[in-house]
Amino acid sequence: MSRLKIETPDQAQLTVERLYKDLERHIIASPPGLCPVDLQLSFLKVCHAQTCGKCVPCRVGLGQLQKLMEDVLEGRATMKTLDLIESTANNITDSADCAIGFEAAHMVLAGLVGFREDYIHHIKKGKCSVRANHSIPCVALCPAQVDIPGYVALVGAGRYADAVKLIRKDNPFPTACALICEHPCEARCRRSMIDAPVNIRGMKRKAVDEAPANTVPVPEKAASTGKKVAIIGGGPSGLSAAYYLELMGHHAVIFEEKAKLGGMLRYGIPNYRFPRVRLQEDIDAILSTGAEVHLNSRIGNAPGEISFDELRAKYDAIYIAIGAHTDKKIGIEGEDSHGVMSAVEMLRAIGDENPPDFKDKNVVVIGGGNVAMDCTRSAIRLGAKKVVIAYRRRQDDMTALPEEIEGAIAEGAELYGLQSPHHIEADENGNVAALWAEPQIIGPIDAWGRARTIRKKVDLERIPADIIVVAIGQGIEIAPFEEAGIKIKKGTISALASSELANNEGVFAGGDCVTGPATVIRAIAAGKVAAANIDEYLGFQHVITCDVNIPEPIIDDKRPCGRIQIALEETGKRKKTFEPIECGLTDQEACQEAGRCLRCDKFGISALKGGRTTKW
Amino acid sequence: MVTLTIDGQQVTVPEGTTIMQAAASIGIEIPRLCFLKDINEISACKVCVVEIQGKQKLVTSCSTACQEGLVVFTNSPKARAVRRNNVELILSQHDCLCATCVRSGNCSLQKLSNDLGIYDIPYERQIEDVPWNQEFPLIRDSKKCIKCMRCLQICDKVQKLHIWDLENTASRTTIGVTGGVDIADANCSLCGQCITHCPVGALKERNDVPKIYDALADESKVTVVQVAPAVRTAWAEAFNIPAEMATEGRMVAALKKVGFDYVFDTNYAADVTIWEEGTELLERLANRDRNVWPMFTSCCPGWVSFLNMNYKEFVPNLSTTKSPQQIFGALTKTFFAKQKGMEAKDICSISIMPCVSKKREAALMSMRASGKQDVDIVLTTRELIRLLKSEHINPATLPEVPFDNPLGSSTGAAVIFGVTGGVMEAALRTAYKVVMGEEAPMDAFLNVRGHEGRKEAEFKLGDVTLRTCTVSGLGNARKLMEDLKAGRVRYDFVEVMACPGGCVGGGGQPIHDGEELACARGQKLYALDEARALRQSHNNPDVVELYNKFLGKPLGELSEKLLHTDHVKEKNYQ
Repeated sequence: MSRLKIETPDQAQLTVERLYKDLERHIIASPPGLCPVDLQLSFLKVCHAQTCGKCVPCRVGLGQLQKLMEDVLEGRATMKTLDLIESTANNITDSADCAIGFEAAHMVLAGLVGFREDYIHHIKKGKCSVRANHSIPCVALCPAQVDIPGYVALVGAGRYADAVKLIRKDNPFPTACALICEHPCEARCRRSMIDAPVNIRGMKRKAVDEAPANTVPVPEKAASTGKKVAIIGGGPSGLSAAYYLELMGHHAVIFEEKAKLGGMLRYGIPNYRFPRVRLQEDIDAILSTGAEVHLNSRIGNAPGEISFDELRAKYDAIYIAIGAHTDKKIGIEGEDSHGVMSAVEMLRAIGDENPPDFKDKNVVVIGGGNVAMDCTRSAIRLGAKKVVIAYRRRQDDMTALPEEIEGAIAEGAELYGLQSPHHIEADENGNVAALWAEPQIIGPIDAWGRARTIRKKVDLERIPADIIVVAIGQGIEIAPFEEAGIKIKKGTISALASSELANNEGVFAGGDCVTGPATVIRAIAAGKVAAANIDEYLGFQHVITCDVNIPEPIIDDKRPCGRIQIALEETGKRKKTFEPIECGLTDQEACQEAGRCLRCDKFGISALKGGRTTKW
Repeated sequence: MVTLTIDGQQVTVPEGTTIMQAAASIGIEIPRLCFLKDINEISACKVCVVEIQGKQKLVTSCSTACQEGLVVFTNSPKARAVRRNNVELILSQHDCLCATCVRSGNCSLQKLSNDLGIYDIPYERQIEDVPWNQEFPLIRDSKKCIKCMRCLQICDKVQKLHIWDLENTASRTTIGVTGGVDIADANCSLCGQCITHCPVGALKERNDVPKIYDALADESKVTVVQVAPAVRTAWAEAFNIPAEMATEGRMVAALKKVGFDYVFDTNYAADVTIWEEGTELLERLANRDRNVWPMFTSCCPGWVSFLNMNYKEFVPNLSTTKSPQQIFGALTKTFFAKQKGMEAKDICSISIMPCVSKKREAALMSMRASGKQDVDIVLTTRELIRLLKSEHINPATLPEVPFDNPLGSSTGAAVIFGVTGGVMEAALRTAYKVVMGEEAPMDAFLNVRGHEGRKEAEFKLGDVTLRTCTVSGLGNARKLMEDLKAGRVRYDFVEVMACPGGCVGGGGQPIHDGEELACARGQKLYALDEARALRQSHNNPDVVELYNKFLGKPLGELSEKLLHTDHVKEKNYQ
C-alpha cells in the first residue's frame, strides 16, 4: 500500500472539464432576447450542482430558491414569493460558508434588482415581458446591419463582386471594414457553440481582395430629386451618407477641412493597417455616384471659411460628420515641453506624408487604446530606438484589441503597465528628457467590473524619453457649431437616435462627433441612418436594396473545425516599413472558413421571424 | 436541372426544387406536419426529415433544395427513428384526448401518429393550459397547440392582421394574441383562416350546436334555418358521397330530417341585397359629387369589421345594405312572421354559414331590426356536419327536397355570392338591366371572375364607365386600402371578401389539410348559376312579390329600417 499517489483525472472528470469549456462558449454565443428569470434559474441549477452539501443555506436554500423561481415562471407565484426569494437569498449570502453558496445567492439578488420588472410581469401577467427581438446574431451586432451570412455564402461560392455589392447595401466601405473593422459581428457568432466564431472580417477581406471596390460598379441611382444636401466632413460617416443620398437621387456636397478625403481612415489609421491605395478604392467607388467634393473647406466664421448659416440657406438638409480630431491633454507638469506630441498630431503628419523624425529616439507612448497601439507601431516603423507604452492599468485592462497589443509587443514595444504618468522632465533647452511615472498596484473592483489602481508605496519611476506621444483620446471641435446654435452635450454634438438635431430642422449629425471617438463601422452606420432620415425629411421614401441572390446552404455536417486566422508578415520584415502587414486568405482558406458559417439567416428562428433584411 | 437519387430512384428536377417536392414527383409522400406550402416552410416539427448518404445530420425535406448527386433516403432506419421520436415529443405536449376533439378523424397529428404506428409515448405529459375567452367566436385550446406556427403565418402573410404572435421565450415559447391582450380586444376580423390551416384541434369556432338542440326542444319556438351559398359546395365533403349526390336538395332533406320547421335559402336574401345595394349604387352614381368613392360591398362581416378597426374613415364608403344573413334574419322575423301570424319572439332564426365572423355579426346590437336578435344562432359548415353526424343522418339515403317557400327561391346571381367576384357580377347583371333596359349577355361580366387576389375591370353602363375592383383576402384588402388612401387607384365599386377566394374558402368551411379548395368550390357555384332557370336577382318572382306586398321599394322607408345599417363600430367589434 503506497502512502501517496499521483492523481490523474479519470474519463468522467476529463469529459466534464471539456463540457465546462463547451458551456462557456455556449454562453458567449447566447442570443439576445432571452427570459432573464429563466436564465437565472438555469445558472442557479449549475451553482447548486456545485454545492458540497455540508451547509444548510447552500444545500437546501439554493434548491428552495429554484422552486420559488419555477413558481414565478409557471405563473404560480405572488408578490410574497418575491419577498421570500429575496430573504432566502439574503440569508444564503450572509450565512453560507463558501463562495459556491454566497456567490450563487449574490447572482439571485443582482437579478432581483436588475430585472425586477420581469419577475413582476411573470407574477402579474403569467408571461414573460421579454419581447424576443429575433435576429441573426452577427447582423444584429453589426451597427450597420450588414447581411453577413449572405456575403459569407457568396465568398464561399467565389462570387466576390456579388459579395461586395451585398455589403454595399448597408456599408459603402467594404474595403475599410475588410481591413480594420473591429468586427463586433464575431462576438456572438453561433459557430462559437461548436468551436470558434467565423472569421467574418477575413471573409470580407477575401471579397475586396478578389473584387476591389473600385472595380465593382455601384447600383443605378434613383431619378434626381433636385434636392441638395451639405455634408460637413469627408470621413467614413459623411461619405457613407453621401453615397446613399446620391443613390436616392439627392445631390450630396461634401465639405472637407483637410486636403484629402477619408477622415480618421486616412489621418488616424497608419498605412500598414490600412494602405492608402485600398482606402482610395472605397472612396473612388463612393464618388462614382456623383457626390461633389470641396477639399480644404472649413466650416466656421473665420475669414476664408464657409459659415454654417450659409449652408443652411443654400441646402435642403445638412449632415454634420466632423469626427473627433482634436487632442486631449493629460494635464501634467511638463506637457508643453518640446518633443511632447499628441497622437492626432503624429498620425495626421504621417497621413499627410510628412512623418516626424523618430530615428534612434526613445519614444514613450501614453495610453492603452487602439490609437496608442497605432502610435507605438508607427514609432517603431519610423526608426525609434526604443518604444515604451506607459499605461496606468494592466495589459488586460487595455481597450485596444488584443491582436494590436500583441502586434506591438511582437514588433519590439515594451509595455510598462501600472505606470501612471506623474510629470514630464525637460532638459535645460525645454526638450523632453523623461516621463516620471507613479507605479500602481491593482485594487478593488468597481461597480462596472473594472479594477481600480492604487498608488504603490515606492518611489516615482523615471522612464527616459526623447519623444512622448499622448494617446489618451480625442475631442471634437465644437466651437463653430456651438456658435451656430447647435446643442452640445459633454463635448459632443447632441443628436437623436435618428441623427436629427432637436430644434434644428433639417440638420442631422452622426459619427464620432456625436458618439465621441468610436469605431469606423459605427460611423458608417450613422451615415446610413442619417441618409435614410434625411430622405424622409425631404419627403421621400427611397428604398435601398440589392438584387444579388444568396446561395442555398451547403448540406453538410457541422463538425468542429478550427478558425482560419489571417496571417501576418514576418515581424522582422514588417516593423521596418509602413507596408501592409496582413496577408489575405487563399481560395482554399476562404472556402473552408465560409463553410463554417452556420447560416443563421436560414436555420433557426430566422426561418420564421427576423430573417434577412433585404431592403431599408 | 439537378439529378439526385431518392430511395433508389433517380429523379431530375429544376434547380430550387425541395427534396419533398422532388420525392412527391416520383410518388413518395414524405410525412410532414408543420409544412404549409408558401406559408409555413420553417422546418420546425422535424417530421419530414430525410437521410442524406454520407451525412450524419438529417435534413428537413420541406426546406432543403435538391443538390446534384444527392442520395436521399426518406425512410432509412435513422430517418424513421428520428421522425418517430419527434412525433412522440410533440405528442408529449399535446392533449391526446382525441375522443372529445372536434378534429378527431381530421387531425394531421392523429393521422401521422397512427401511420407511424405510435401507440405509446415514453415521456411525461406536459400540457400547457392557458385560459381563453370562451364567449368569443374563435376558440384557442392551448392544450392542443403543437406550435407549428401556421396560425401566426397565415395571419401574418396572407391576411396580414398580425393577431397571433410568439409569446414567452425558450422552452415556454408559445402562441399568444399580439400584445398579450384578450382576443376580443385584438382587432381580429374572425376570418377563421387560422382555424382552417391549423393541423390539429387547437383552433376552432365556438361550439353553438348545443343551442340548436335547445331550440329544437323548445316547443314554443318555430325554427327557421337559412343556408349560405358556399355551404352547399362543401357540406358533403365529410360524408364521402359521390359529387352528383351532394345536391342542394339532399342538403335540404338532411336539415329537414334534423327537425327544422322551415329550411330556407340565404340566396333569397342575396337577391334582395342586389335590389337594395344595386339601387344604392345607381343612386350614388346619379349623385356622384355628393358621395364618397368608391362604394364598398358590405356582405362580408370580416371585411366590414376589418374596415371599422383599421380604416375607420372609409366606413361611409360601405354600402349601407346589410349582409344577406342579416337581411334574411330581419325578413324572417318581420315579413315571414307576419305571413304566418307569428311574432319575432316565436321564431328561432338559425343560419348555416361558411364563416366564423357571422357569429359576431349576428350578435351586433345593430342587427335587431325585428326588435329581437334577427339571427339567433349561427353555425359554421363544420358545425352543420357535426350536427348531421350527431343526428346519425346519412344524406346518401335521403330523397331530395326543395327549399321551403317563400324565402327559399333564388336566382343564379344569388348563388354566386359565395365566390370572389360573385357579388360584383350579380350587381352588374341587375345594374345593366336597370340602366340599359335589357338583360346583359351572360358573358358580359366574366372579367370579374377568377381566383386572383385583386381584379380590376371597367364596364360601360350607358354613358357611365364603371371602374370595378374585386378583392379577396385581407392582405390584399389592406393593400387596396393603402392604394386608395394614397390616391394610387380610383374605383367606383369595390367588392371585398375577407377570405381568399371568397366564402367558398371561408373560415367556417370543412378542413382539408394542405389543400386550398376555394377554387374548386367556386366552380360548383358557377355551375349552379348556369343551371338556374333565373339568373338575375331582379327576376326572382318571390322578391318582386316581397317588394309589392311588404317592402314597397328598394331604399324605401321599410327597407331602410329593416335592411340597412351605418356599420358603426360597436363594442363587440372590439
